[in-house]
Amino acid sequence: MGAIITLSLLGILVLYLGLYKAKSLLLPVTLLGLVAALGFEIASWNKGENPIYNGMVLFDNFALAFSILCIVITGLILLLSKEYFRAISNNVAEYYCLILFSLTGALMVCSYHNFAMLFIGIEVMSVALYILVGIRKTDFASNEAALKYFLMGAFSTGFLLFGITLLYGATGTFDITGVKNYLISNPAAVSPLFYGGILLLLVGLLFKVGAAPFHFWTPDVYDGAPILITTYMSTVVKVASFAGFMKLFSYVFSPLQDFWTPILLIIIVITLFIGNITALLQTSFKRMLAYSSISHAGYMLFAIIALGANADSSILTYGLAYSLASVAAFAGLILVKRSNGSDQFVAFDGLGKSNPLLALVITVAMLSLAGIPLTAGFIGKFMLFRGAMADYHIILLVLAVVNAAIGIYYYLRVVVHMYFYPSIKGDDTVAVPTSFNIVLVVTLLLTILIGVYPDCIISLL
Amino acid sequence: MNNLFILLLLPVASAILLAFAKSSSTAKWIALVLSLVQVVLTIPFLCTFVPDASVQFEQSFDWISSLNIRFHIGLDGISLPLVLLTNGLFPLIILSTFNKEYKHSFYALASFMHAGLLLVFTALDAFTFYVGWEAALIPIYFICALWGDGDRIKVNLKFFIYTFFGSLLMLIAILYLGQQTPNKDYEWSSFVALDLSEYAQRWLFWAFFIAFAIKIPVFPFHTWQPDTYTNAPTAGTMLLAGIMLKMGTYGVIRWLIPIVPFGTNAYGKIALVLCIIGVVYASIIAFKQQNAKRLIAYSSIAHVGLITAGIFAWNQEGLQGAVLQMVNHGISVIGLFLVLDIIKSRTGTITLSELGGLAYNMPKLAIFFVIIMMGAVGLPLTNGFIGEFLLLKSLYSMNIWYAAFAGLTLIFGAVYMLRLFQKTMLGSLDSNYVKVTDARGAEVLVLLIVSALVIALGVFPNSLLKLSEASVAQLIQSVKI
Repeated sequence: MGAIITLSLLGILVLYLGLYKAKSLLLPVTLLGLVAALGFEIASWNKGENPIYNGMVLFDNFALAFSILCIVITGLILLLSKEYFRAISNNVAEYYCLILFSLTGALMVCSYHNFAMLFIGIEVMSVALYILVGIRKTDFASNEAALKYFLMGAFSTGFLLFGITLLYGATGTFDITGVKNYLISNPAAVSPLFYGGILLLLVGLLFKVGAAPFHFWTPDVYDGAPILITTYMSTVVKVASFAGFMKLFSYVFSPLQDFWTPILLIIIVITLFIGNITALLQTSFKRMLAYSSISHAGYMLFAIIALGANADSSILTYGLAYSLASVAAFAGLILVKRSNGSDQFVAFDGLGKSNPLLALVITVAMLSLAGIPLTAGFIGKFMLFRGAMADYHIILLVLAVVNAAIGIYYYLRVVVHMYFYPSIKGDDTVAVPTSFNIVLVVTLLLTILIGVYPDCIISLL
Repeated sequence: MNNLFILLLLPVASAILLAFAKSSSTAKWIALVLSLVQVVLTIPFLCTFVPDASVQFEQSFDWISSLNIRFHIGLDGISLPLVLLTNGLFPLIILSTFNKEYKHSFYALASFMHAGLLLVFTALDAFTFYVGWEAALIPIYFICALWGDGDRIKVNLKFFIYTFFGSLLMLIAILYLGQQTPNKDYEWSSFVALDLSEYAQRWLFWAFFIAFAIKIPVFPFHTWQPDTYTNAPTAGTMLLAGIMLKMGTYGVIRWLIPIVPFGTNAYGKIALVLCIIGVVYASIIAFKQQNAKRLIAYSSIAHVGLITAGIFAWNQEGLQGAVLQMVNHGISVIGLFLVLDIIKSRTGTITLSELGGLAYNMPKLAIFFVIIMMGAVGLPLTNGFIGEFLLLKSLYSMNIWYAAFAGLTLIFGAVYMLRLFQKTMLGSLDSNYVKVTDARGAEVLVLLIVSALVIALGVFPNSLLKLSEASVAQLIQSVKI
């Protein structure tokens, strides 16, 4: 709880700092606050067994692990933001404040124990993002992205709420333990309202994570938003939403597995194919990452259909690997766009020669996203596939493998452009500020470390 | 020195060291010295190896204990010759690049690939095997694409995706097997001890076979190979043809047949026929090639087709012949590609119609070329003969027609190899090539070592055969086909 309080207060503090025009203090104060929140989370490890605040939130190891992941990734993203927001807008303090509020919502989604809290968490997380996506007021793409996100998001929240209502109608409680007990005590007489509730809840959550066929907002919103906001959306929001998704289905709805597993199987197959095939056709690196994030949502759904002993740690590992690689890729994109003015693949030409370290980090990030061994992404995929094999979803695995092979093509495209094409502007070295270097090296080391020795992460859950 | 892990760690350490060695001349010397250190460190293994059927120098570390994955490595009579091949060929490959100015990153990538190859040959745990298998693929992709020529980007992307898809199928098979073992572990011994259902064995056979068939390559999964070999730099082709494709054949011996014996019973004949078709098909295509490098690439398909056919025959001569021929093929293909590289660097072309009469100005090269070529053809007293003899004998004991068709490789091989030699070395000397210089320095050294090995292994093949005899016998006995 300490972390949520810290982050909320921090957001308000940052707003005041902005009010008093203390612009240079904004980033250090935010980072300090994040460290404090992290400290609170780590201090509560192994201490949460019972839900608190009238059964609203539960800070067990599952919630803490995902919360820590969200905070760390946000910290990395904010390290990249030093000069970034000032270049886009005058309201720098509002940026930090909104990201912090969104992070608070993410933490609430990770640790909810009551459907009302799930709704509040998702809303707090999303509303801040609606504003952030559109913060480039003079840019048409940003405005369009914000409007699309807001309209689709509000619509899907409606589904979510409707689903929660139906569940309430069937069970008489918002508490997830109560709902679970309802299922366990009446295995044969589950009300049809309940099934309807599950379906509508599924629609709402699938929209939030960007899975097909509710993915149509993802490419335009990711493409129109400022790059750092896209990074935040594709990493923290996805991870937090999947944590909530996971908890809901593995803790509450697991007795009804035979009902929702076939639905999710079809959704996974469509998601993987749509995400991968449309990513193939992109000429913009940013848009390619947006479409590929759809396919990653498909992979993470594997853990939901294959609820086993390692399902929680497989989502944690995959989320960590995917977030690290995304942060590295988007960091590279920011630098290249700043230097060459474009986010197309051709802007990366010649990077291998002019900035070897940056090119190496981006290469390792792409290999991790593709699932090559010795990177964290492979460990994540291996654990997810292993979980699916435990339930003998062999056809699903063959389809996933076909998609992984398709994925190599577009992940290697930027590598090809970096190393095999000469730079258009001659030997132009891209300027890399220190904070970027720190983030790039940290992501590189962590990706390879978890790829080679993942036990430190897997044994957490 | 008995620590196999150190032998695996040294190439990784050299890769990291070479990544920071800025100048290309220091890089190549560092790479050469470190690979020679690796050879020296391998000698104790060879000397203390007891040629019985046991697994020696075994080491097993807890790797990912939450998933029951162990880092389990060891050597037996089948993997030892391949480890010797890998460690022995690396200094030769590095020496062959001495006259070119390759950046330090080339040697770093090659060392990293070295580590991956060793890991594949010594792994006794399926996850370790898979990691080594993929880890060897990334460096070779970069080597072939960065230092190659021609349509290198498209060709290498096709190579990468094709091979990666095959290995992913193998991953599914490994996941399935890991699910079936009593401890949910991935040890080779647990896999072999499994009693799998017939239906499972059928698709498991194909999952493994397609992965290995793409790597070897076996007809009809070979379409990536000629383009990749032709467009790659010579050292890259040496790495691919000399060592990397042995990963596929080793995989068939170690991971395919012992684990799915019923599947092999059901589909092994089909695989064998595909191999033999590959032998004949590739040889015929090799006749018509004008590009010498492409010719050797197709001949490589023919040779490894014979090796794989011998493996599927699953008898003592077949497996021993296969292990021996894997080493022989590695040695001779390195020699052949180096000869072509020397020709290319002197004359600027590798098209047969443009070459001729080089023996007059390059006598040393011609002599070495004859010896190495005869080794590839399979002349008695060269290494190729013993291997091909054993393999053909093993096919004969299955069915005379298999041996007859596979035996066509002897004739066809002679035809296209002699044609290659004639078109490049003999005939009239073109006026453009009057000024060409003979092989010198590092090139002569490598060619000398390769030729010496060709003859030595031809006269004393038992030195290698003795190593694998007991392991092969025990493996054959333990797998009931």
